[in-house]
Amino acid sequence: MAALPIKHLHDLEPRLHPVKLEAKLRIHNVSKVFEQKNQRVTALEDTHFDVREGEFVTILGPSGCGKSTLLKIIAGLTEPSSGYVMLNNRRISGPGADRGMVFQAYTLFPWLTVEENIGFGLKLKGLSKAQRQEIVQHYLDLIGLSGFGSMYPNNLSGGMQQRVAIARALANDPDVLLMDEPFGALDAQTRTVMQELLLQVWETSHKTILFVTHDIDEAIFMGDRVYVMTARPGRLKAEIPIPIPRPREFSVKTTGEFMELKAEILELIREESWKAANEIRDGEFA
Amino acid sequence: MRLEQYLVLKGNIPTRAYICLGCLSFTVLLAVWCVLTYGGLIPSLFLPSPSEVAVQFYRMLTELNLVGDILASIYRVSAGFLLASLIGVPLGLLMGSFKLAEGLIEPVVGFVRYMPASAFIPLLILWIGIGDLQKIAVIFIGTFFQQVLMVRDVAKNVSHDLIDTSYTLGANQRAAFLKVVLPAALPGIMDTLRITLGWAWTYLIVAELVGASSGLGYMIMEAQRFLRTAGIIVGILVIGLLGLLTDTLFKALYHRMFPWLEGRAQ
Repeated sequence: MAALPIKHLHDLEPRLHPVKLEAKLRIHNVSKVFEQKNQRVTALEDTHFDVREGEFVTILGPSGCGKSTLLKIIAGLTEPSSGYVMLNNRRISGPGADRGMVFQAYTLFPWLTVEENIGFGLKLKGLSKAQRQEIVQHYLDLIGLSGFGSMYPNNLSGGMQQRVAIARALANDPDVLLMDEPFGALDAQTRTVMQELLLQVWETSHKTILFVTHDIDEAIFMGDRVYVMTARPGRLKAEIPIPIPRPREFSVKTTGEFMELKAEILELIREESWKAANEIRDGEFA
Repeated sequence: MRLEQYLVLKGNIPTRAYICLGCLSFTVLLAVWCVLTYGGLIPSLFLPSPSEVAVQFYRMLTELNLVGDILASIYRVSAGFLLASLIGVPLGLLMGSFKLAEGLIEPVVGFVRYMPASAFIPLLILWIGIGDLQKIAVIFIGTFFQQVLMVRDVAKNVSHDLIDTSYTLGANQRAAFLKVVLPAALPGIMDTLRITLGWAWTYLIVAELVGASSGLGYMIMEAQRFLRTAGIIVGILVIGLLGLLTDTLFKALYHRMFPWLEGRAQ
């Protein structure tokens, strides 16, 4: 099949933000190479960007583009092959309570009640029962699950479980909240509700959030900036600022401004999809 | 409920019906036994009737110290099983959590577990005689190696995401082990214990059949020697009832310990 006219934008310099000194989180030339038998797979290539205090940054990419790897490196759960991550101008080594994380999989501890789950990190910090109680109650109210504190995760719906997971991460008061497709396993309706809920929570807490997704609408709706990632090797392709004013409501998803942004990003992603499809046809990744 | 609803593939039936079905199969079994024996189809030497077994049971309780045999067996099973569990469960947890421990222990345990515990009986008699200690040793060998490997698998299957989550909430390795791996593995450990306790009983009876001066296995052997077939049946039934009892206890304990497992299926 004749090659389609594809502009290989990835050859160009990515439109990256100039490095700012006040970066809360700095990802500095991070790359990750996995050794599989006698094969080397580059999951992440030379990734470099900053997240500023109180910012909501989304990373958009196809599955298998290394965005989860990136998040795990920032969380300190995976060692980068090169480069480093800095939080508050200090280089991170290993995981810590200063970087909370919400995973796509349901990760509530099933043997703990909702309250105990939210208080897990607080207990590790050595807070007294009364102190924990107060914080837990605050976050239960925030996610709208006040009456569910004594229930076990098995009795909650997927959306409820993810709300509790968010509350648990926030209760720890981390400097950065890392979210790895937290709504990926939810149905479309629940997902929409959860997006709005998270934005409300963010607007009151103003946490710094780095949010990974493969859903274009979600990336635009949630983020101050969207980084589009390429697959194989995973790499930041472009940075798109989202000037839609806040607070945002679900209705912005149908405005012209939103549609234009979506069209722009779709174009970027389409190139990537074609590239990937061509590569597979060429047998490079067979 | 109509009959078709009882015949739905993987369908559900009312709890009461479920219990009734269990009673029904017991009744059928008993009825077949009655027909075979009272009907004179099988001579009493090979299969005594229910009433003969009941009479024998009463005789053994009052004259032949059945209670003493039961207690002797329970003591041996408990001692051997507890000893095996006390070492096996922590070892299995370590193997499932640290490759170092697994690499060190797995080859030996994997090899020994294929050696049948009953084959050790002659050797153990030679070493430590036919006392309680020998029975305990047989039970230990029969359950320990299986427990280690089963608990290792349980610990290995603890979701890595849960451990990672605890790290991002500020847990260190120790806290992750104590507060995540351990509670997550606990139901699986209880399952392992429940299954291996059944095996412990089997090994005990084998050990008592071969060389003993008390216990249920010994009692069965004695009954056979004097052609008291009803006595053999009593022995088998008592072991069965003890098994049922411990299993029920384990189930009740399981429900008490893990209320969080109940709830809607995911």
